[in-house]
Amino acid sequence: MTSPPLGPSRPSPSGRYHVAVVGAGPAGLAVAATAAAAGCRVALLDAAPAVGGQYWRGRDPGVRLSGVDVMTGSAVWFVSPGFVLHRRGSDPVAAERLVFATGAYDRTLPFPGWDLPGVVTPGAAQAMLKGCGVPIGDRVVVAGAGPFLLPVAAGLLEAGVRVVGVYEAGDPTRYARAPAAVAGARGKAREAMSYLATLARHRVPYRTRHAVLAARGVAAVSAVEVGQLDRSGALVPGSVRPVECDAVAVGYGFTPQLELPLALGCATRLDTDGSLVLAVDFAGQTTVPGVYAAGEVTGVGGAALAEVEGRLVGAGVAVATGHRSPLSEMELTRLLRRRSALRRFAALMHRVHAPPAGWPEWLTENTIVCRCEDVPVHRIRAAVTGLGATDGRAVKALCRPGMGWCQGRICGYPVAELTARWRGRPLTAADLAVFAHRPIAQPVRLGDL
Amino acid sequence: MSRPDVVIVGAGMVGAACAYYAARNGLRVTVLDRASVAGGTTGAGEGNVLVSDRQPGPEMDLTLCSLRLWREIGDELGRGPIELEPKGGLVVASTPESLSALRELAARQRRAGVEAVEVAAGDLSRYEPHLAPGLAGGVHYPQDMQVQPMLAAARLLAASGATVHCGVEVRGIERDAAGGVAAVVTGAGDRIGTRTVVNAAGVWGGQVAALAGAHLPVAPRRGFILVTEPLSSASAAARGVVGPIRHKVYSADYVSTVVSDDAALQTSTVVESTRAGTVLIGSSRERVGFDRSYPLPVLRRLATQAVALFPFLAEVSVLRTYLGFRPYLPDHLPAIGPDPKVPGLYHACGHEGAGIGLAPATGALIAAQLTGGEPPVDPYPFRPERFG
Repeated sequence: MTSPPLGPSRPSPSGRYHVAVVGAGPAGLAVAATAAAAGCRVALLDAAPAVGGQYWRGRDPGVRLSGVDVMTGSAVWFVSPGFVLHRRGSDPVAAERLVFATGAYDRTLPFPGWDLPGVVTPGAAQAMLKGCGVPIGDRVVVAGAGPFLLPVAAGLLEAGVRVVGVYEAGDPTRYARAPAAVAGARGKAREAMSYLATLARHRVPYRTRHAVLAARGVAAVSAVEVGQLDRSGALVPGSVRPVECDAVAVGYGFTPQLELPLALGCATRLDTDGSLVLAVDFAGQTTVPGVYAAGEVTGVGGAALAEVEGRLVGAGVAVATGHRSPLSEMELTRLLRRRSALRRFAALMHRVHAPPAGWPEWLTENTIVCRCEDVPVHRIRAAVTGLGATDGRAVKALCRPGMGWCQGRICGYPVAELTARWRGRPLTAADLAVFAHRPIAQPVRLGDL
Repeated sequence: MSRPDVVIVGAGMVGAACAYYAARNGLRVTVLDRASVAGGTTGAGEGNVLVSDRQPGPEMDLTLCSLRLWREIGDELGRGPIELEPKGGLVVASTPESLSALRELAARQRRAGVEAVEVAAGDLSRYEPHLAPGLAGGVHYPQDMQVQPMLAAARLLAASGATVHCGVEVRGIERDAAGGVAAVVTGAGDRIGTRTVVNAAGVWGGQVAALAGAHLPVAPRRGFILVTEPLSSASAAARGVVGPIRHKVYSADYVSTVVSDDAALQTSTVVESTRAGTVLIGSSRERVGFDRSYPLPVLRRLATQAVALFPFLAEVSVLRTYLGFRPYLPDHLPAIGPDPKVPGLYHACGHEGAGIGLAPATGALIAAQLTGGEPPVDPYPFRPERFG
């Protein structure tokens, strides 16, 4: 036996890598670095022009990637048998094991006026600021739910933008009632405190159990209506008042990107935050042998958890492909303990920042739910209550939400939730899977297919 | 609930049409479906209402009857709400040999009452300006139509006035001492007494037949469709993409793949625009059971063939793909009529890829059989007992 005349980073003579990692955010970077350190031939693919994902956004993540074939600008649109990843514009990549670390994007709830120019997601506000150096406006409202609202608001303040208010639909005082879970994620609490201090220094009102109910304006947003929520997530009567602004960032947590693992048949579950996530075992393996997942796709929990999961999965696939684990017993124990603590904190975070139960009440019959196909509330209601649609698939077929360019990435959650509610039943994983199932994961030209 | 005269199993296009015509004939109708309205093959097709791909014979009679009824339904429900478009079909041949076969078929179709207008090679671009050059010629079929099948099924069901229960699976069909239908039993254990059951379960029709102890050899014949970006969009226009395609356009070899008995993969090019601005690209046929995987070679073949017919499509993006299972019967004819062994059980399934087009005539024929009325076509070729 002679070893192939290739360095550790090159694919085997058959063209197959030991591991292909899709997504180069905190989870994917950790998987790739850990597996490569164990001697695996690793391919790391990401659609973006640089590694780092949404979290690092072009800044240097400081991860050593020696021994990793980094393939940025690689939008994977299809996985065929034998774990072959088909990329737009370049040759396919094959591997013995696949790891999906495709992350998540902002979860959006519709409200009257959300389709006005000037209404964006917190992720988009952050991308414009950090990626392009352009703040979304001069007088900005930040609203929705989740800890991510704080760095977005603080970032805008540091860029000299006037933040007129931060409105959090959840009730963060509930963190105090779970001291054990918080203690396991002390770094997170410190981070939040520092952002809150920035807000206080700039005298920015931070209101909890408040939500943006509507955006007003003619050519663009000129004000939002803000209301107080009771403990059940319903609007407190008489609490609505206008807040003038020229831009608003609104988002309610995140939606994991699952089209590739779903196309492979990986099983999913409904997480505590109402997200569809991959079902994984202790080692991060999905229900499809040889297919692993790390980071937000296994449950939204932030960059620290994603990195821990990534290191564990990286070590796991290294062992599975015949390499020695690069982790010492001590490191492994520490990472497992850290993963448990961060997952406990994530579950608490999901409960504290759950989407407010009353959001469908804010809609009018003419509020657009699917922006790609211009589908208003009343057409979805008619499909469910008048035409016999009992699930999202039928709603899609009867009035087209989720059929346009974004393929339900934005409207999938709200349409699934409205359908379930109007059928008088709770939201299920199957409801969400209808909108996440995309066998062709990215648009691809017919000439390139 | 009050005892229905007839329980229809399946809320797809055929079940909806059966409900519509049975209710119009004065019957109290209950429709059950284990999933949603149009949740099976109805929601996985293109909405073909075609006469162009039919050979003269029994299915042609059913087709011509259906075309007439579709136009009536369009008048009754409005064409807009069901997106019924009398757009016409254009069949194109790429070689002189396939053109002569196409002409010969068209001549026989004309004798059966079909409008079929020969189009010379040089005139094809007047029908479809973006067709590839160098085709041998074609035939225009003005009677071909397209409908949005999910909307049509849902609206026809709503218009029927039938009682519709979705999310209700039929677990059993009870028979009385004489062997006749006595009741259907649902998954929740409810018993709905009735003397008559119509099996409109499409590709699952064999399973429903088996619940009553009957036999119907329905098998799935898988097909894929590619859906493009909306061509009316500004982004498409900015890239110089043209559209839409005016007719349902397909290659002359389509008819031979439709009638083929081969289980292996067969593809032929079918391209058309939809009301939503997208282009639908088909079609493939293969008998692989209920396999829900998406093989890239099949999708690629569909794409390559479509680009060969309409070169501008090379620049157009595919946004999604979906698959469906056509209810295939070995002689390519549907089973419509009473079961030979189980009194009270009627079958209305096995239409393969033509269920949308043939649904109204099927519904009208079933309604006539249930009420002793005059059948709109000769029912004999469709009798279920041919599978004995």
